[in-house]
Amino acid sequence: MKKKSFFKKLLYSQKVAPYVFVAPFVITFAVFFAYSIVSMIIMSFQKVAGANSTFVGLENYRVLTNSIFIKSLKNSIFYTIVSCALMIPIPLVLAAMLNSKPMKAKATFRSILFIPALTSVVVAGVVFRMMFGELEGSFMNQVIGVFGKDPIIWLRTPATVWLVLYFVCLWRWTGVNMMYYLSGLQQIPQDLYESASIDGASKWQAFWNITVPLLKPTIVYVLTISIFGGMAMFSESYMLFNGNKSPNNVATTLVGFLYRMAFEQNNLGIGSAIGVTFLAIVLVVNVLQLALNGTFSRKER
Amino acid sequence: MKQKNRTMSVFLFIFFVIVAIITLLPLALLAVSSLRPGSDLMRYGLNFSIDWSTASLNEYKLLFSGANNYFTWYKNSLIVTIVQVALALFLSSCVGYGLAMYDFKGKGLIFGCVLLVMMVPTEVILLPLYRLINRMHLINNMWGIILPYLVVPMLVFFFRQYLMGIPKDFLDAARVDGCTEYGIFFRIMIPLMKPSFAAMGIYQGMSSWNNFLWPMIVTNSITKITLPVGLQSLLSPYGNNYDILIAGSCFAIIPILILFAMFQRYFIEGMTAGGVKG
Repeated sequence: MKKKSFFKKLLYSQKVAPYVFVAPFVITFAVFFAYSIVSMIIMSFQKVAGANSTFVGLENYRVLTNSIFIKSLKNSIFYTIVSCALMIPIPLVLAAMLNSKPMKAKATFRSILFIPALTSVVVAGVVFRMMFGELEGSFMNQVIGVFGKDPIIWLRTPATVWLVLYFVCLWRWTGVNMMYYLSGLQQIPQDLYESASIDGASKWQAFWNITVPLLKPTIVYVLTISIFGGMAMFSESYMLFNGNKSPNNVATTLVGFLYRMAFEQNNLGIGSAIGVTFLAIVLVVNVLQLALNGTFSRKER
Repeated sequence: MKQKNRTMSVFLFIFFVIVAIITLLPLALLAVSSLRPGSDLMRYGLNFSIDWSTASLNEYKLLFSGANNYFTWYKNSLIVTIVQVALALFLSSCVGYGLAMYDFKGKGLIFGCVLLVMMVPTEVILLPLYRLINRMHLINNMWGIILPYLVVPMLVFFFRQYLMGIPKDFLDAARVDGCTEYGIFFRIMIPLMKPSFAAMGIYQGMSSWNNFLWPMIVTNSITKITLPVGLQSLLSPYGNNYDILIAGSCFAIIPILILFAMFQRYFIEGMTAGGVKG
């Protein structure tokens, strides 16, 4: 033991070891996350031209009154609300049905419903873009043709554009959210349902009074990822329109507008100002959400 | 009662068969269309009608002919995915272990930061991150794609959750036996964590293989881009690339499908064991 050098001993001590274990996170957090946030905040007050940057105060934040920015913010919020309204109850009901006793071949259906999540947004985008194509022979136009409707140019009017985006969202994420719910359901003791049925409760009552309250932590988790997934939506819209260019900005989202300013128009100051605004929105939503639900980590610590 | 259960069971089964058909429909469309010439799709649209006399595997032959960059992208994606999954699993499990098993100064703060990164979508810092990678001269470099995601907060959170279920007495017993702190992690904990590695391996494999936005931003050279970015570049308004696009999209799903089929049992077990708890 004595032969070990001082440093080696220190490195191996029980006091230092935890810091070695968490070091990778601390380093990447500092280099990539904290640095990025700080430099973004600084850049948002600057006009950056090549190597020179000058402080311009709140000039860049004037973008917040830009009508396209407001439209894209509205789009993101609208998409988030509707996708939460879809992606929380539908997978929950499916999971409860799949988990019920009379159900056969549970594992097979669970896997099949998960398969879309394995495809990339690019593959999903290619398929949905062409399924909802404007040609008479495009799959969805054939489907509505069966009901005697004329072909539609799906990706032009707002109502149908959003319909397609929700289809993509439902298709890709139902299986994932269902998986979260199923894993939550495993932890509910079965005898609760048995005693409920002895007391004469219907399946529906058992669902509302046992399943939903006991799944609350999972529901909160699914809500959280749905909110942030919704606010960050961009790739889906990018794929459907083959670029960041939906007609009349129908499906331009917050990230889409950030991408346009920062990468397409190369305006770093305004891009940063949008990024900072986005960050502020995320943090506010977070605080609100934690206040409403109690964090899913705090209880455990 | 038995009778009622039986009708219920049949009803549920039929319901899920319908849901499964709807779920698989877009992929079936893709698979069927990959047997048709690309020009057909351009003219008639994507649908199930197929003329068996002209159906062929020509698209796949073209894909494998090497006259395009498809397999360069495929290789890029495979390398990025393997390296990223290996590093992310190892480093994130270290961090998760440190947070779950030790009490030390600043632990609460560090865990708070993990949650913070988890909550902030990476899209928020897209621009400064790109500038940083640019300054590190990692544009069009595999490491530019990988570095910002070396430690994945979601994985840290999951591993921590999973390890909290393991009694700490384990550690003390091992210490008494003369195991070093790192020896405990490598020799005792890693074997215990196998199911969670499988679950998180699939999770991370899926997100690395399918990642689109960040690779699109940090790579632009036709030989350096990853598969999703490459496929997207084929989506030109003239449709002259549809042959490769459709067959290539089908073929892109295969590795991840195999991975999922192989490990799905662990995936579900692992998700359950480390998943969200109250």
